[in-house]
Amino acid sequence: MTTTPDAPAAAPPVLSVRNLVKHFPVRSRGLVRRQVGVVHAVCGVSFDLAERETLGLVGESGSGKSTTARALLNLQPATSGEVFYRGRELTRLSRGEMRALRRDLQIVFQDPYASLDPRLPVNEIVAEPLRIHGLYGDEGRTVVRDLLRTVGLKPEHGNRYPHEFSGGQRQRIGIARALALRPKVLVLDEPVSALDVSIQAGVLNLLDELQDELGLSYLFVSHDLSVVRHIADRIAVMYLGRIVETGTAEQLFASAAHPYTQALISAIPLPDPRKERARERITVVGDMPSPVNPPSGCRFRTRCPKFADELTEAERQVCVDDNPALVDRGQGHPAACHYAESRTLL
Amino acid sequence: MTPAGTGAEDVLGAGSMNGSAPPDGTVLEVEGLTVGFPSDEGLVRAVRGVSYTLRGGEVLGIVGESGSGKSVTSLAVMGLLPGNAQVTGSVRFRGQELVGASDATMTKIRGRRVAMIFQDPMTSLNPVYTVGFQIAETLLAHHDMTKAAALDRAAELLDTVRIPNARARLDSYPHELSGGMRQRVVIAIAMANDPDVIIADEPTTALDVTVQAQIMDALDVARRATGAAMVLITHDLGVIAGQADRVMVMYAGKPVESGTAEDIFYTPRMPYTLGLLGSLPRLDRASARLTPIPGAPPSVVNMPPGCPFSPRCPIAQPVCDETEPELTPTTSAEHTAACHFSAELAGREAHELFETTVSDADALAEFVRETEDQSS
Amino acid sequence: MFRRFLQHRLAVVSLCVLIALVLLAYVGSALWQYDFGEITPDNSQPPSLAHPFGTDSVGKDQFAQVLRGTQISLQIAVLVALFSTLIGTVWGSVAGYFGGLTDTILMRISDLVLTLPLLAVAAMLAQNFGGSWWLISLVIAGLYWAYVSRVSRGVVLSLREKEFIEAAKALGASDLRIIFRHLVPNALGSIIVNATILVAIAILLETSLSYLGFGVRPPDTSLGILVSEAQTALTTRPWLFYFPGLFIIVIALTINFIGDGLRDALDPQQTRVRQ
Repeated sequence: MTTTPDAPAAAPPVLSVRNLVKHFPVRSRGLVRRQVGVVHAVCGVSFDLAERETLGLVGESGSGKSTTARALLNLQPATSGEVFYRGRELTRLSRGEMRALRRDLQIVFQDPYASLDPRLPVNEIVAEPLRIHGLYGDEGRTVVRDLLRTVGLKPEHGNRYPHEFSGGQRQRIGIARALALRPKVLVLDEPVSALDVSIQAGVLNLLDELQDELGLSYLFVSHDLSVVRHIADRIAVMYLGRIVETGTAEQLFASAAHPYTQALISAIPLPDPRKERARERITVVGDMPSPVNPPSGCRFRTRCPKFADELTEAERQVCVDDNPALVDRGQGHPAACHYAESRTLL
Repeated sequence: MTPAGTGAEDVLGAGSMNGSAPPDGTVLEVEGLTVGFPSDEGLVRAVRGVSYTLRGGEVLGIVGESGSGKSVTSLAVMGLLPGNAQVTGSVRFRGQELVGASDATMTKIRGRRVAMIFQDPMTSLNPVYTVGFQIAETLLAHHDMTKAAALDRAAELLDTVRIPNARARLDSYPHELSGGMRQRVVIAIAMANDPDVIIADEPTTALDVTVQAQIMDALDVARRATGAAMVLITHDLGVIAGQADRVMVMYAGKPVESGTAEDIFYTPRMPYTLGLLGSLPRLDRASARLTPIPGAPPSVVNMPPGCPFSPRCPIAQPVCDETEPELTPTTSAEHTAACHFSAELAGREAHELFETTVSDADALAEFVRETEDQSS
Repeated sequence: MFRRFLQHRLAVVSLCVLIALVLLAYVGSALWQYDFGEITPDNSQPPSLAHPFGTDSVGKDQFAQVLRGTQISLQIAVLVALFSTLIGTVWGSVAGYFGGLTDTILMRISDLVLTLPLLAVAAMLAQNFGGSWWLISLVIAGLYWAYVSRVSRGVVLSLREKEFIEAAKALGASDLRIIFRHLVPNALGSIIVNATILVAIAILLETSLSYLGFGVRPPDTSLGILVSEAQTALTTRPWLFYFPGLFIIVIALTINFIGDGLRDALDPQQTRVRQ
């Protein structure tokens, strides 16, 4: 995993992740909790995020996408690897040093019900980041008011509690809280997955508008490829802790090169009856293997339709032995498949 | 949508209590179904009048967002609502009335003639019995066969829904299987008695997309093998587009639009459907602006008169707050919509009607000014 | 929050009753014509104007005795609730929040305390050091904090996993801020309910100890002693039994209702108020 996807712009990236690894120990129960195994949640993930860019990190549950997001924010310490924010390495910072940088790196969580303190009124929730960093001061009240208005909430509702708002409104409160410190990078961890589509669209549009005005960079973590296609400039597809393919949204959808990306695109039903019923599909079998005991070589090989149907015995042996590097094999963008081959599926 | 007059059908329904099907192949007929739950704040009117007919072998998709009453409708059809629920209207399975039917009657029909698949497979699987035992049990409950034959049939069924090593899997307990495998077992149980109707309530919502695709395939196989008609309930318009012959869109406890899949997706005649389609990010084309529907669905307790969608509707007129529109034919007799102004939607796109900007530009500018010094 | 408490009618009534009871016990007993130890010429009198709760066989005024007993029992109950809640909450919260080895060590210690047969140990300790009401309280509290620590650890464990705690970390909040601004307010409801249950338990436990002769020693008295002494006279002088018994029930009930009211008042999600 030496090659990393390059940001399209010549400017240095705001955020660079290099070979990020996160393992969780599996412990036995009882008094002496011996370590009996390791969850290989994230295994050598690298990517760059440019200024004002949205990078979509896509994968199914267990792919390690959320763990990547948390590890790069130091919410869960990384096992190894580096994260650079404007040239500063984050994983080895002390808590105090990291605290100052948290102003620039913020996160919006998936669950709009669990991510807001139920005992605090909304004004206080949005003011919390300002208070923590000693920025509340005389203008704090006005800042909170304007933030609530910005995200489409009535400031006079500021003394209500989170449970008095709908899911969509709560997610907007979460966004307002994350914006209060004027961050440069916003990590969005499945921000619309818990919302109904008509509400989800409002949050997506809001994120769009905020990015333009505030010059934000987004790392958009999601399991939903349609949402990611809509919002992201570039996309990285994760499978069992590794990035398997990355490229601009156009590249990925016009010519997906990794069998997993192809299967993922095929699996998502299109809201268009004629197209949906006439599609060519790449299907996979079975479930994602456990990250405690991932397959050797290429981690997708156990479910790969190409491995099962097209490859010769000798070719398969390569998949079993070697972990494919994430490099461009002539498809115009990097894919971690020894036998990468572009397919147009839409 | 309902053939002939309702009066004539009532006579037919009453006269055919012993289960002969109406002549046109209708297997399930729901008429004026309402469900209310008493609560401290008043009656929660979860379903406010649902009517549909399901013909043999067809797939009816019911789509709606959370709280639209789509799931409660099906629970009412199956007689699976809690005791405090107040159900009115009529549900006829092959002419036999199910609303108010005795438990014994319902037990004969549930599982045997009408099978149900829920979102969470663990609600229908018993964690302390093996998969084989549970399928065999379903078979033995309704058929006269030996235990060995039942287990053979169970293995066959598992194989049909594409569970690898079906024979060996008979001895597995539900917790030993993945979510996708469990849902297949549920589908196998649903198939076991060769039902006439399968009701699938968000069968793939809890699953990853690649597994979802496998489960939709398994459902398809089950449907073809049994020839059953299916009611597919989901919030996912994509799933509906791929599977449903006819579609019913529900909002605030009532169908607001109904028609063939093509009617609904290509010529929607209800602003809610149009907004819903416009709010979907699309995999098959580069981003256009999405059209969020402003506001939130109304509370179904103490609902004001008029169209429930009117507070969120871009084309609402004063009349919309006075009279609730009924489903009326639009582009064809089969394509109905509950909107006073459905004719105005002809040829309109979602982004022409709905506002796409959601943030308050003035407030944002103020915020930027106030925090300029922090951002440097 | 105060306004929400006032909407909880039962809790407000309970608070008034309890305040009246406390005033009666402290102010009333100072003003009452008989002292609790004083032996009057009237013995075994049923309730009358001169002796509202009657008198016992040696002629002590039962009203004065009950007031004195109420004082002692309330003091014991409050001290027990205060100490065991304080120690137990800190113990359990630290174990729950920091987890790992800290958790293992702290919780094994409290498990050990939990395995002690409460009444036997309390009786033994009270016999050797006992007699005064505050020593009894410390003995009971010294055994009951472990139970509180279990409960508060559970609460903190479930709260710690909530996303809003992670959100606070992501904003750069310190451990102290997370504990005091986010964890404690959210755990307060359960802690208070527990404390009120403890008050009731402490009163009953003191009653048992006094009954067995290990509690407060005569000539001083408590509600427990009064009830246990009166049980031999239940048929002949029932007033001796019913009045202290009634006081025990009223104190335990009012404190429980106040606890309910506080919990609901502290929880903004509790919109419906029980009438």
